[in-house]
Amino acid sequence: MKLQRKNRLRATALGALAVSSALVLTACGSDDNSSGTTGGNGGKTNAASNIKCDDAKGQLPASGSSAQKNAMDLWAKNYMAGCSGVEINYKSSSSGEGIVAFNQGTVGFAGSDSALKPEEVADSKKICKGGQGINLPMVGGPIAIGYHLEGVDSLTLDAPTLAKIFDGKIKKWNDGAIAKLNTGAKLPDKPIQAFHRSEDSGTTQNLGKYLGATAPSDWKYEAEKKWPAPGGQAASGSSGVAAQVKQVDGSIGYFELSYAASQSISTVDINTGGAAPVKATSENASKAIAAAKIKGTGKDLALELDYTTKAEGAYPIVLVTYEVVCDKGNKPETLSTVKSFLNYTAGDEGQKLLTEAGYAPIPAEINAKVRETIASLS
Amino acid sequence: MASTTPIDSPPAPPVARKRAGSSSGRVGDKVFLGLSRGSGILLLVIMASIAVFLTYRASLAISENDGNFFTTFDWNPAGDPPVFGIAVLLFGTVVSSIIAMAIAVPVAVGIALFISHYAPRKLAAPLAYVVDLLAAVPSIVYGIWGALVLVPYLEGLNLWLDQFFGWTYIFEKTEVGVARSLFTVGILLAIMILPIVTSVSREVFLQVPKMNEEAALALGATRWEVIRLSVLPFGRSGVISASMLGLGRALGETMAVATVLSPSFIISGHLLNPGGGTFAQNIAAKFDEANEFGRDALIASGLVLFVLTLLVNGAARMIIARRKEYSGANA
Repeated sequence: MKLQRKNRLRATALGALAVSSALVLTACGSDDNSSGTTGGNGGKTNAASNIKCDDAKGQLPASGSSAQKNAMDLWAKNYMAGCSGVEINYKSSSSGEGIVAFNQGTVGFAGSDSALKPEEVADSKKICKGGQGINLPMVGGPIAIGYHLEGVDSLTLDAPTLAKIFDGKIKKWNDGAIAKLNTGAKLPDKPIQAFHRSEDSGTTQNLGKYLGATAPSDWKYEAEKKWPAPGGQAASGSSGVAAQVKQVDGSIGYFELSYAASQSISTVDINTGGAAPVKATSENASKAIAAAKIKGTGKDLALELDYTTKAEGAYPIVLVTYEVVCDKGNKPETLSTVKSFLNYTAGDEGQKLLTEAGYAPIPAEINAKVRETIASLS
Repeated sequence: MASTTPIDSPPAPPVARKRAGSSSGRVGDKVFLGLSRGSGILLLVIMASIAVFLTYRASLAISENDGNFFTTFDWNPAGDPPVFGIAVLLFGTVVSSIIAMAIAVPVAVGIALFISHYAPRKLAAPLAYVVDLLAAVPSIVYGIWGALVLVPYLEGLNLWLDQFFGWTYIFEKTEVGVARSLFTVGILLAIMILPIVTSVSREVFLQVPKMNEEAALALGATRWEVIRLSVLPFGRSGVISASMLGLGRALGETMAVATVLSPSFIISGHLLNPGGGTFAQNIAAKFDEANEFGRDALIASGLVLFVLTLLVNGAARMIIARRKEYSGANA
């Protein structure tokens, strides 16, 4: 019995050692991850440059979309470095939660992947005294289609082919539809392994909107945050999908451009029907957003993206995220901070930072209207 | 997960009950009685409040569900109308746990017997450490190891199983995809529950009365016969308890499953195909992006897992109670 107890003690000591070394290991691992997701721009700060603090002060709580989290983190950090005494606190959860928080009056502004729905606008009138909630397009971003196929360095696909691949209708890489778009490429006789997000995601929804708009006969699903098609394989988060695509030969998946860049995953060029296939880059995404029409009325700047654009160099698989504020009747204690902060994010400097983080800046014409609207907030 | 099955204790040595007449002894008695009774009541209150919380939040979600909670193959509480059902999760949880048990229990009993009866003392002790060490690894580390090492290596095994055992239907691989399947999850869970089943079984086997073993040896039994006639009957209920502890862990395992499995809301008997899901995995995957209602729906699925675990533990107790007379536990 005595002997046993001694053994037990030694075992726990060994166990403790194993746990602590495992912790050290995981700690290293998570460090790597976070620097991967932020695109490695943690170090760059253009602090104290041309940020106009005006009379911003105190805390500014905000909440919403996780799709713009990396941009918000970067902006908040730079802004707070420039304007002392201000604390921007963006809680990244989901667009839905952000809007609920906004309509309960607990945040200064909300971040959202999609424009306010009519019933949400109606709700917002209770909080915005004499006004209503409006959408300000602030962050654009390309959704890259990443693939991993040994021996194929560049790949072009169009919307119907993409829809059929993600729907499991095209099963092999040497399928005729793919071969037709890639004359000269040596396509192997391998099965296609399509990966999607396992959890609800605005990225999934925006890809769904694109496929639904450009290939309606091949993609008959509603654009929802949940992956709609049966079959395919799933992984958690953009980082999870990117990791699978990186690992598995013959795979294809979708994620924000920064993940493709940080893991050096090849991305698909999109044949929009224009002159030449378009690469997934921040600039090309901005060109596609420039084709959008403003569908909002009054001060609302909600955009209607033109997914079918054939403009030269316009990469059509994009998402735009908004900041939701009141046009009139913002809370007096945060109004000046909101205006000053959004002025910075919509300004030249704020928008320029977006490219570094793998997002796309909002095109000048729309951005000018955003700045105008921010100046008129009351 | 939350509740545990007690291991049948060996015959307790007769406790000498001294009735001390001194009053200080009585005060101590009363304080200790109060403390232990309070702990017992606290446990019941905690369990009851968890059950009430789960039931209340679950009822909010289920009353708004447009699908059938038990038969719908979908999970979309954010949809309009909201639709969600636990059929796929129940199937995945039960199947992956059964695979884990089928692999882990025989191996664990083997290891336990080897450590307790076959291994030379010099080997038994280190082997016991190693098994205990397996229990010290956090489940997320198992998950990462599973995703990065086990999944790529199992592809070969999957091909082999498909080629030679494809006729069994369950080992027929009909869809392409890496081995992020319920079968792989079952193997990973088996490794994870191995230490607890092994160490509890080992303790039980070590408690077999030496008299019984020596009596069997004296009758001319071989080593295997000793084990069969005296060790296994004595240890049976202990091994069942150990297995149920392991099963509890397998049913509720979250991070490792979420990291390895490629989830989808499909029930397939082809266990090598990627897809499926478990309760805990689904909650971990969906909780972050879920709204208030979605969380209630996830809590409803958590309630089912809670009930499932209760049933498993209850069944284990019944088996142990029924077998008690055959075991040496009350000899």
